[in-house]
Amino acid sequence: MYQYDTIDREFLADRAAEFKEQVERRLAGEITEDQFKMLRLRNGLYLQLHAYMLRVAIPYGSLNATQLRKLADIGRRYDKGYGHFTTRTNLQFHWIKLREAPAILEELATVDLHAIQTSGNCIRNVTSDPYAGATAEEIDDPRVWSEAIRQWSMLHPEFSHLPRKFKFAVTAAPKDRTAARVHDIGLVVRRARDGTMGFEVIVGGGMGRTPYVGPTIREFLPANRLFSYLDATLRVYNRHGRRDNSYKARIKILVAALGREEFARQVEEEWEKVGAGADMPDTEIARIRAAFAPKAFDTLVNRSEAFETAKAADPAFARFARNNLKPHKRPGYTIVEISLKGIGDTPGDATSDQMDVVADLGERYGQNDIRITHEQNLVLPHVKLDDAHAVFQALAAAGLATPNINLITDIIACPGLDYCALANARAIPIAQDIAHRFADQDRAELVGELKIKISGCINACGHHHVGHIGILGVDKKGEEFYQLTLGGSGAEDAEVGKMLGPALPADRVTDAIDTIVEVYLRERVEGERFLDTFRRTGSAPFKEAVYAEAH
Amino acid sequence: MPKLIRIIDGQFVSADDPFTHVADDEGMPSGDVIVSLTRFSAEGDALISQGRSVGVRIEPDEEVEALAYDLPKLAVVAVAFPKYRDGRGFSTAHLLRGRFGFKGEVRAVGEVLREEANFLTRCGCDSFETADGSSPEQWAHAANRHRHVYQRASDGRTPAFTERAES
Repeated sequence: MYQYDTIDREFLADRAAEFKEQVERRLAGEITEDQFKMLRLRNGLYLQLHAYMLRVAIPYGSLNATQLRKLADIGRRYDKGYGHFTTRTNLQFHWIKLREAPAILEELATVDLHAIQTSGNCIRNVTSDPYAGATAEEIDDPRVWSEAIRQWSMLHPEFSHLPRKFKFAVTAAPKDRTAARVHDIGLVVRRARDGTMGFEVIVGGGMGRTPYVGPTIREFLPANRLFSYLDATLRVYNRHGRRDNSYKARIKILVAALGREEFARQVEEEWEKVGAGADMPDTEIARIRAAFAPKAFDTLVNRSEAFETAKAADPAFARFARNNLKPHKRPGYTIVEISLKGIGDTPGDATSDQMDVVADLGERYGQNDIRITHEQNLVLPHVKLDDAHAVFQALAAAGLATPNINLITDIIACPGLDYCALANARAIPIAQDIAHRFADQDRAELVGELKIKISGCINACGHHHVGHIGILGVDKKGEEFYQLTLGGSGAEDAEVGKMLGPALPADRVTDAIDTIVEVYLRERVEGERFLDTFRRTGSAPFKEAVYAEAH
Repeated sequence: MPKLIRIIDGQFVSADDPFTHVADDEGMPSGDVIVSLTRFSAEGDALISQGRSVGVRIEPDEEVEALAYDLPKLAVVAVAFPKYRDGRGFSTAHLLRGRFGFKGEVRAVGEVLREEANFLTRCGCDSFETADGSSPEQWAHAANRHRHVYQRASDGRTPAFTERAES
């Protein structure tokens, strides 16, 4: 993992000191709440329905045990003993007191964490592949580029007052676990025929009110020209993106208005003027790369007798292994996914005690490396198969062994009306209700991969547009209704889901999901995921079944 | 004479402002003036030939490229920030210094707040008509708050990657 050096640390310390001063000025009444708003937002501090919320950045979703323990500790001492992992792989504390916020930032800085640029119209935390460094699929380690982007974007002089927020995803595997095509910029590492490394550059994807799958504006950008190209892209956006209407201010609107070709042409024209002088020196990329050098893996064989024996003896472990363990690039190792979607729990929430358990396991069995996924789960990327059973048992004891990764109960949900001032409807109770309905693990496994994503409003923090089944909360004359969309995907086969029909009242949503699942099970042919069946049959059979029952 | 904050020999100081902002529908006063791009296009050469110093004010929706050939004749380019959150002026300032090599005064005008001092300075602004009554000391404190920077920018500060390479 990347280790902060003196420069990175002093930067965070300076930032924490600055914010402390700003809070003092606010508490002393020297600045108004309105003036203070932009300052706190630059430090990830939101005013929500009940309290302040602090959003801590977890750069490209990567943590060590010390950092996770610190988050647990802050949750315990300054919040109500838990935290919420978000779809941007950040961690939110929802019950923060303003006067304690500076102390929290100071404490975060002691373990190289911060809340810089987790809100505001700036470049936000980069999403990367939670399996980086562990999966055999990748052609490079995307964390190298993510870290370089983190540094380049920190208090960027020119690009910290963009028309709207700006989100990057970086992946280097054909299986996209970052939702790169629905980001402002998605970078997919590619190799040219001659072996040189570069990026496919996708610009202008996004969700919210006007969802777009982002077009590719450059098939292959040589890796060493990344930052001049980003300069050019961001400059075109900063100068020409709309600022008259915040709902139309994301880069996706500019790209759609100009068209892919014209936008790409403007970027290329600007890029020629920018020149290579704006690129990051190869020496710095090499320094960052060295920090992500593969850890020392033991030389093991593929088959672990301990693992096989434990699976045979412990059916619960066998089930966990089937759903939550993913292939590692090295023989005898596995990637362990830890679901934060326990049946009836709030998706993405983890108690401080649970964070401590994961930190301990990461340290003891996982090379001190812990990841957050944009699907709001945790990952121990490097665990020996020999140790997998011990990890499972410890997770189970902490209520963290729900074997449902990618299953119908592995639901993404935004905080919704339970916490968020923007929401129209609750999201969490809907997720909980669906999870209870499909709590029968055999049935959930029979259904297989099915991604449900729930947003409490059109801002789409719950990514409903790209859910295989998306659920959007809407307000109808003061009542909560839910709009279903089917067939979305945020992965390499990205697509925006199609609206099924009129919105349903809250108490009809779970029945409708049940009906949709039954139709799928009836219609599917061998090997088809829900998404495949839907793409083959279209909406008709689903629509008919859901709305037939309504009459 | 009104005051503004300027960077002189690397220090933020209070300085007299000899320039008068002149709106498009106002009569032309004597002395040094800052006019809009539109007015400059019409009257710029005449004003300069009168031997006074002339500045041009660039609004966020105006392209600094339009001034490229006139820059050597200008004493000041005033970059307008009608709202602090409208960040187009940062690109304008950056291009003035980096692409067009403008050596004159780049002045931030409009909703110019202490909290933006760092970004403004880094993009090449060297004078500030502040909207929040900041003193030069407060301004300097805000602008110099961070000991390190991660990017090359028009202020010439050494970016982190160069600090590292040289250490």
